[in-house]
Amino acid sequence: MPATTPDWAAIHADPRFADLHARKSRFLWGLMLVSVVFYFLLPIGAGYFPALFKIKVWGPLNVGLVFAFSQFVVAWGIAFIYERRATREFDRMAAELCAHYTGVQP
Amino acid sequence: MNLGSSRNLVFLLSSMFAATSANAQTLAVGAVAAEFKWLTFLVFGLIIALTMFVTYLAARRVKSTQQFYAAGRSVSGIQNGWAIAGDYLSAASFLGIAGLISLYGYDGFMYSVGWLVAYITVLLVIAEPCRNIGKYTLGDILAFRNDPKKAKTVAALSTITVSIFYLTAQMVGGGVLVKTLIGIDYEVSVIAVGVLMLAYVVFGGMVATTWVQIIKAVLLVVASLLLVFFTWMPYGFSLPEFLQAAVSDPKVQAQVAKLLGDPATQMSASELGQRFLEPGLYLKSPIDQISLGLALVFGTAGMPHILMRFFTVPTAKDARVSVLWAMGIIGGFYVLTLFLGLGAAINVGALKISAIDAGGNMAGPLLAQYIGGGAQSMLGNLFLAFVAAVAFATIVAVVAGLVLASASAMSHDIWVGVVKGEHATPKEEMRAARISSLIVGVIAIVVGIAAKGQNVAHLVALAFAVAASSNLPAVLLTLYWKRCNTRGIVLGMSMGALSAIGLVLVSPNMTYPNLVRATNTPLVASAQSKIDTLSAELASATDPTTAAALDTALKAAQTLRAVSQTKIDQVEGQTRSLVGLQAPLISLKNPGILSIPFGFLCVVLGSLIGRRERRSEDLWEELYVRQNIGLHAEGSSAH
Repeated sequence: MPATTPDWAAIHADPRFADLHARKSRFLWGLMLVSVVFYFLLPIGAGYFPALFKIKVWGPLNVGLVFAFSQFVVAWGIAFIYERRATREFDRMAAELCAHYTGVQP
Repeated sequence: MNLGSSRNLVFLLSSMFAATSANAQTLAVGAVAAEFKWLTFLVFGLIIALTMFVTYLAARRVKSTQQFYAAGRSVSGIQNGWAIAGDYLSAASFLGIAGLISLYGYDGFMYSVGWLVAYITVLLVIAEPCRNIGKYTLGDILAFRNDPKKAKTVAALSTITVSIFYLTAQMVGGGVLVKTLIGIDYEVSVIAVGVLMLAYVVFGGMVATTWVQIIKAVLLVVASLLLVFFTWMPYGFSLPEFLQAAVSDPKVQAQVAKLLGDPATQMSASELGQRFLEPGLYLKSPIDQISLGLALVFGTAGMPHILMRFFTVPTAKDARVSVLWAMGIIGGFYVLTLFLGLGAAINVGALKISAIDAGGNMAGPLLAQYIGGGAQSMLGNLFLAFVAAVAFATIVAVVAGLVLASASAMSHDIWVGVVKGEHATPKEEMRAARISSLIVGVIAIVVGIAAKGQNVAHLVALAFAVAASSNLPAVLLTLYWKRCNTRGIVLGMSMGALSAIGLVLVSPNMTYPNLVRATNTPLVASAQSKIDTLSAELASATDPTTAAALDTALKAAQTLRAVSQTKIDQVEGQTRSLVGLQAPLISLKNPGILSIPFGFLCVVLGSLIGRRERRSEDLWEELYVRQNIGLHAEGSSAH
């Protein structure tokens, strides 16, 4: 652990931190909203629109099953998208800030 | 000393199992036939020996509290991903969901989705910030900018409450499960689970717990993959052909007809089969579904034993990687359960599954037995033994994680943080951690035995609801809202937890003696008349196939009568529920939809009402910077 305590207020006021914060917040809460809405379409659809879920698309495979499978794909997709963006962008921005204020990589 | 004690434990356990297997004949009959019981104990013994060996190795490493609580923060992202899956996939998911699918088709599969989606919340807003500012416990996160003593007290209370609910469900479920599978006494299996789990936690701390969870997750995935491979192979790995086999199976059609009752008489056989893949056979109330979904999606991120796993990795990036792996494993596993459930419905049949266990928990094990060659074959019983041992390992691994989480709340938050005012020597804290684990472990065993025969299924949902209504609002607003303060989290956490528990106490989950009698008396009567008819038919049946079918149906009817009669007997002489009600006040079974917004509201109101708090606002900038960029995060023991 570095001996000196970084000036937290200075980092907080740094425009680069504000930039990281703004990008992260928009992206994270946006993804969160998409995933929650998409997930709750499943119980809502099953409960209130069963006729839609019963439509057969491929042999006995119906819309309901396809939609349930799609939940897995969407959850994995969101995780994948987040991972890419975090590794390429957020990690790099955070590392730059750390390096600037302490002289060491976190 | 550690080695000696581990040896004693192994000896104790093996003598316990030896004693039971000698009595196996006289005890309740399990799914495993008596002549193959030795096989089950052999597989159990091998898995226990492996985990004990790992614990022995771990015990030599665990010298500091950082090792005990957080495995020295040296667990890799991939390892932690497997451990999270091992911590999370309880017997309820492994056996319960496959069972629900085998009995109710689509609804069982739909039920499983929320358990994966929950990890999106963990990934996006919880895992990395918590790793960046936390140390060992939920209390550490909340104490960062709130009053440390108050924050740690309320966090520890909430952690212990959530863990005890979840623990009770696991202990009771585990006891019943082991009894059903291999016929050993309920009390013996509860004690066996408790003693094993204590050995892992007390001697090996987080290091051993992590490895036990990894071993269990790998076994679970391997067992499921093998079962699905052999179940799906006859259909050339074609999804429509497999589904077609399910919908055209007479056993599946009969199950749907039974579930639907009168309306089924208007439907053709193929319509009945197709109905199995459509919603509404099990989950009747959409609002309850949404409420449960909310508890899962927001509760998982507030589960203390899951949060604790993020302190075992070196950096926030590893925490992220571990959630990705966990999501891959957990999601993949739930997709496999669809095949396990439908495979069991086709090959074993709902009638036979529910004859052994009304909740369907035996679907997976019975499918394993069928695939190996059936109840009379050596291979079939070896498969069954393997699946049973995996189920046992599952319970032990989940319970170990829960005990570690509540023990750390007790020793690190309450004893060191509050009682000793952070002035404890490492040696003292280490001893406190081990003693706390022992206390929680003994509580788990006692509660497990005391709750024998109780319906504890709703306790899992309640644990998630409390975590979602109490822990999550406090953690989320501490991390992301500047005005959040001590008053807010104390009010929010207590009100969130109390409202969730209160709503369940007046909900249909509780036992209402009058309603139990009203529902079950006609069931006993109809089962009795069915038994009479079937016995008469069986007596006159000459064809062996017909006789066998009649015999299965007769056994199912007898089980149904026995189950309903037991329910009536249990409420004999009572008229009111635990809180003195004759009938439920609300129809909602899952409190999340009300208690989660209420929990958030109380944190906000508590923070805004009254004087502003200097400390929580002064530390905001430090917390917000640190949670985002990871500067000054607790390092690994390598540093």
